Amino acid sequence: MNPIYVRRRRVDTVIRLLCWAAALFGLVWLGMILFSLLWNGLAGLNFSVFTEMTPPPGQTTGGLANAIAGSLIMSFLGIAIGAPLGLMAGTWLAEYGRHDKLATVIRFINDILLSAPSIIIGLFIYGLVVVPMGGFSGFAGALALAVIVIPVVVRTTENMLHLVPNTLREAASALGMPRSFVIRRIAFRAARAGILTGILLATARVAGETAPLLFTSLSNQFWSLDLTNPLANLPVTINNFVQSPYAYWKQLAWTGALLITFAVLSLNIAARLIGGETTRK
Amino acid sequence: MSLAEGRVPLAGTASSGDKAAALSGFVRADKSFYWMTRLSALLVLAILGGIIVSLVIGAFPAMKAFGLDFLTTQRWAPQLEPTPVMGALGPIYGTLLTSLIAMLIAVPVGLGIAVFLTEFCPIVLRRPIALAIELLAGVPSIIYGMWGFFVLGPWLAEKFQPFMIATVGSLPILGDFFAGPPSQLSLFNAALVLSIMILPFITAVAKDVFDTVPPVLKEAAYGVGCTTWEVVRNVVIPYTRVGVIGGVMLALGRALGETMAVTFIIGNAFKIQGSIFAPGTTISAAIASEFAESSDLHQSGLILLGLLLFFLTFGVLTAARLMLLQLEKKQGR
Repeated sequence: MNPIYVRRRRVDTVIRLLCWAAALFGLVWLGMILFSLLWNGLAGLNFSVFTEMTPPPGQTTGGLANAIAGSLIMSFLGIAIGAPLGLMAGTWLAEYGRHDKLATVIRFINDILLSAPSIIIGLFIYGLVVVPMGGFSGFAGALALAVIVIPVVVRTTENMLHLVPNTLREAASALGMPRSFVIRRIAFRAARAGILTGILLATARVAGETAPLLFTSLSNQFWSLDLTNPLANLPVTINNFVQSPYAYWKQLAWTGALLITFAVLSLNIAARLIGGETTRK
Repeated sequence: MSLAEGRVPLAGTASSGDKAAALSGFVRADKSFYWMTRLSALLVLAILGGIIVSLVIGAFPAMKAFGLDFLTTQRWAPQLEPTPVMGALGPIYGTLLTSLIAMLIAVPVGLGIAVFLTEFCPIVLRRPIALAIELLAGVPSIIYGMWGFFVLGPWLAEKFQPFMIATVGSLPILGDFFAGPPSQLSLFNAALVLSIMILPFITAVAKDVFDTVPPVLKEAAYGVGCTTWEVVRNVVIPYTRVGVIGGVMLALGRALGETMAVTFIIGNAFKIQGSIFAPGTTISAAIASEFAESSDLHQSGLILLGLLLFFLTFGVLTAARLMLLQLEKKQGR
């Protein structure tokens, strides 16, 4: 056989093997992470995790109830503040600003914010809220999360509204519908599933965010729903427990990590299912 | 929802006065909706501006106290009396080094997986593996961090590092980077966790970009007898080069600013030691571990670190986005 063919085929085989190896290498690491998460997390998972408060140092009973409640409250508030603002901004970009220079700038800045380090956002909210209010608070934590939510929702809303065929808008306008009605009654309805997907993805993103909460919400060992005081939350509790010397705290950290991962993955899958429906339609 | 919601008039049923009122209601609703959306859009700009302004204000005392020395000083002694000494050299070194090592590992492997998924993978496995990788890109970084702390760190310190120190560590020059003693908390461990964290991200972006190559181009290359690797090297990669580089830069931006994946495992040492197995710190790790208990000048110094990180990632992300935009334009043509 022609030596050139032999060489070309050999190179191809080597590369093929390397790609297989890369895939195996990557999947093995990721599999190991999920495995140790399940293994260590399930070991500590029981009913008291959801009913008891985070334990003081040294105690070997207790749960994560206050942290779970705090996380739910803060994520919910973060979404409640961030999602409508993101939705509006995305609407402007897609519906009014399609050919506007300003929209190009905003789109670009939004993309930068989308991947800006979350710890910077924590510093920003610290300066904006924590210092003027005179202390760490659950409200500051929720605002930090809202700042993370906004760019995600802006991006998905804009993309989804772009997918709505213009003929729909034209038909509605031809019937005499004012512009804002066309957007709200026609475009939003057509893009509803996609917009919801974006909000779910944003929820998944903030559910595990830790860095921006370290010095906005801080954490709280006790049951508290007071937003003007430090509010317990899962990520910061995990952060504190991981670095502690107590075996029970470490166990709780694993369990908390399992809960967060489970929540994030379910949200992601839910988003995918809803998003899949729109594309099929 | 709006002012005029309840009175959408049906033609012919309304008197002329009602019509005029309804119309002006529409105009008002239209205007207020427009301005609500426009102000929200401007809020995005305001957030970026707010971040810069608040960081600069917070960092001002430190800028005044240390000036440019901040960038060249290695010593970090915020509690020193009477005048504290703070320098960013250690964290900057740690940030750049961990990101560099992470990219050296994650880019080839991530691109390899992407090529695997688009060209070599059996069709049945393609969707499940792609889905698994996309889901893993969403796992919060604190999970990677605690796994690195509890599982990977001990293993590296007991098995991998002694091996590297014994073999590569005895070589001249190169050996200095791999000098002992092994440690559970080190720059290398942090970099490895970072690389595992950005791996699914690089793969996901690269796969999306590879999927933009028109099948006709690839089929044409296969048609003239190219092997799969030749198609990848001569068609797929040239066609997507800008997008791939953009995706890699995006991952770099993420690695530079990542906090939770490195904080547990890096050791928080501001002193620069030659070896990658020595403890170090990164900008974000330093902020995460010291900020909540800091005050006055110490805090201002940490905010100044944050400002440096912001400009660093801002630069990288801007370059990345500009490249990805270029690709989009090409697709649109």
